[in-house]
Amino acid sequence: MRRTPRIGGAPLAGALVCAGLALSLTACGGDDGGAKGGTSEASLQGRGPITFVTGKDRSGYLQKQVDGWNAEHPKEQVRIIELPDEPNDQRQQMIQNATTKSDAYSVLNLDVVWTAEFAANRWLTEIPKSQVDLSKMLPATITTGQYRDRLYAVPSTSDAGMLYYREDLLKKAGISAPPKTYAEMWDACAKVEKLPEAKGIDCFFTEVNKTESLTISAVEAIGSAGGSIIGADGKPTLNTPQAEQGVEFLVKAKKEHMPKEAVTLDTEGGRRYFQSGKLVFQRQWPYQYALADQKDGSSKVAGKFAVAPLPGPNGPGVANLGGHNLAISAFAKNKASSLDFIRYLTGEQSQRANLLATSQAPTVAALYDDPEMVKKFPYLPVLKQAIANAKPRPVAVKYGDVTAAIQGEMYDAVTGKKPVDQALTDLQAKLQPLTAQ
Amino acid sequence: MNTAATETPSAAGTPAAGAARRRGRDVQGTRRLAALLLSPTLLVLALVIGYPVLAGFRESLYARGEGLDAQGFVVEGDRFVGLDNYTAIFQGDRADAFWNAFSNTTFFTLTTVVLETLIGVAMALIMHQAFKGRAIVRASILVPWAIPTAISGLLWRWIFQADGAANALLREQILWTADGFPAKAAVVIAEVWKTSPFIGLLVLAGLQMIPRDVYEAARVDGAGPVQQFFRITLPLVKPALLVAVLFRMLDVLRMFDLPAVLIGVNQKSVETLTMIAWFEASNLRYGSAAAYATILFLYIALIAYLFVKLLGADIIGEARRQTKRERRKAA
Repeated sequence: MRRTPRIGGAPLAGALVCAGLALSLTACGGDDGGAKGGTSEASLQGRGPITFVTGKDRSGYLQKQVDGWNAEHPKEQVRIIELPDEPNDQRQQMIQNATTKSDAYSVLNLDVVWTAEFAANRWLTEIPKSQVDLSKMLPATITTGQYRDRLYAVPSTSDAGMLYYREDLLKKAGISAPPKTYAEMWDACAKVEKLPEAKGIDCFFTEVNKTESLTISAVEAIGSAGGSIIGADGKPTLNTPQAEQGVEFLVKAKKEHMPKEAVTLDTEGGRRYFQSGKLVFQRQWPYQYALADQKDGSSKVAGKFAVAPLPGPNGPGVANLGGHNLAISAFAKNKASSLDFIRYLTGEQSQRANLLATSQAPTVAALYDDPEMVKKFPYLPVLKQAIANAKPRPVAVKYGDVTAAIQGEMYDAVTGKKPVDQALTDLQAKLQPLTAQ
Repeated sequence: MNTAATETPSAAGTPAAGAARRRGRDVQGTRRLAALLLSPTLLVLALVIGYPVLAGFRESLYARGEGLDAQGFVVEGDRFVGLDNYTAIFQGDRADAFWNAFSNTTFFTLTTVVLETLIGVAMALIMHQAFKGRAIVRASILVPWAIPTAISGLLWRWIFQADGAANALLREQILWTADGFPAKAAVVIAEVWKTSPFIGLLVLAGLQMIPRDVYEAARVDGAGPVQQFFRITLPLVKPALLVAVLFRMLDVLRMFDLPAVLIGVNQKSVETLTMIAWFEASNLRYGSAAAYATILFLYIALIAYLFVKLLGADIIGEARRQTKRERRKAA
């Protein structure tokens, strides 16, 4: 009778989880000594074995990097703890570990949007800026590891959206350069659609299904119009003409230029769509480049596409900044070893090896200009430009609620359930209490 | 929860009744022995069911992590808020979300249980027939029930995606997996596919308990197949059927994984009460999550109570009858 057990899946399971949390909270309520957010350098002490907690390592390369460290540091062995593939599950397990103040996790591999929440809850040890060499890193990536101007995590990989486009079709239609503005993009589509080989092709795709991806699309659209969802002062800023212009782009794109099933396509669905040759332009992450360029027949567009920075209303647009950062759990033992290990993994040498093995975007700026790397990954110069110009997703302690609200209102706007200004007014009202401090 | 709770009286009834029949006179001593023999069971039940329910309720009266201090850190510590977590559920935006989830939960319960019952009974009648290859039919009907829900969720996700099998068959472009009414239908279809075999199995067990001579007598009296079904099969299979339906209702009221995998979390059209509780918990509002879980628990308890009262699903009937007999004897 029981279905697969899942947290909250059953009242019984829900009650048990609550009970477990209640137990652990009362059990740990008394001692508050070691968990003051770790503001002093004295807290970065202790050497010995540590753990590295990360999402599933798809390439299998991480173990090799850790082996390299372990060979050199026999007394400070690192053990990898792999969490589920799904980011939400990773966050969940890290939070469970933190709320029970367990020392099982030492170094955490955090998605860039979790930094504020983890830092504000004192789950991370502050890393003094003097302790790590950030000078070689792309400035945009460093901001993702900060909360209130203090560094809590060191950037290890980065990511940003780029515009994939069908170079072959554009050339045939007599267009020499990729579009820099939306108007140029729609123009190019109109020209391409007249070609005989472009029969049944759709113009553009960016994700608009009701998931985290919709938040990303909204950040990019509103950012490209010069606005933001949450301003630098931490207050929502959706009552601006820029925000309206941004969302209107999404609505128009969905209505006029995207495949009909756009609201059901996720990241991988979009990739399949592009790879089957049914799109002229697509906003997508760098990971697609290698897959769409496969010459084994899995991609119909291999060798026919190129990448460019995302367009905007009046010139180049703004991409969303993704990626992962490494942080030290506030409850970890052996924090000195943890810091050394973070330095090792985020160093230029490790990042170079990791880029070659996994094609994950590095945070060390020099790698983007390295001729050897560019030869292997031709998109690197475009990606560097995109990252330099990228905006992070809203920084909020209650990020989970914030992104859910954004997704809900944007979905209603994009699918035409609500006029744009109404959706923005509602979103502004929803975000105000969530960001009030 | 309910199934476990009902075990208490039945477990209390049977051994006590057996012991009493053997000894007869010393009722007092028997009672004491029964209590002694059962105390480990009761203790375990109290630990694994009683404590979590109470702890969950206690949790629902507290709030934690509200507001930030000057340095931007979350203010630590629990605060007793009384019933605030409950009243918050019925106010403003939260109320919309709650009633939406409540009506989704109820809609799924009604539609899927009705469809499952009809299909399940039909399946049982087919499985009950003697024909060649019956074993294979029985085994294959059970396959959907054997697949883990998360896996069947993924399976149906592929079927229902825009260029999937469902649209190919219908020759239409229905966006099943987007937020909207088709998503509801997709969940109902997948759930019915998955759980009809369960009803079929329980009803089949009931069918096999009916002696063949009852049908022979009916045939001699000139009853047709329809009459036989409504006058003999249905009444005799009713106890098993009602238990099956009750179990399915309790199960679907706390549905989570199928809509979560098939359509996704945070989708208005398929959000159920467990999904809101989950969302609250994953955003660190454990008090509020516990309040939602408690409300769901009460709703399930109410439905189960009404079902047992109105339709007389006699899950513990056997035990009750035996205890009554004992009492008569003792008097």
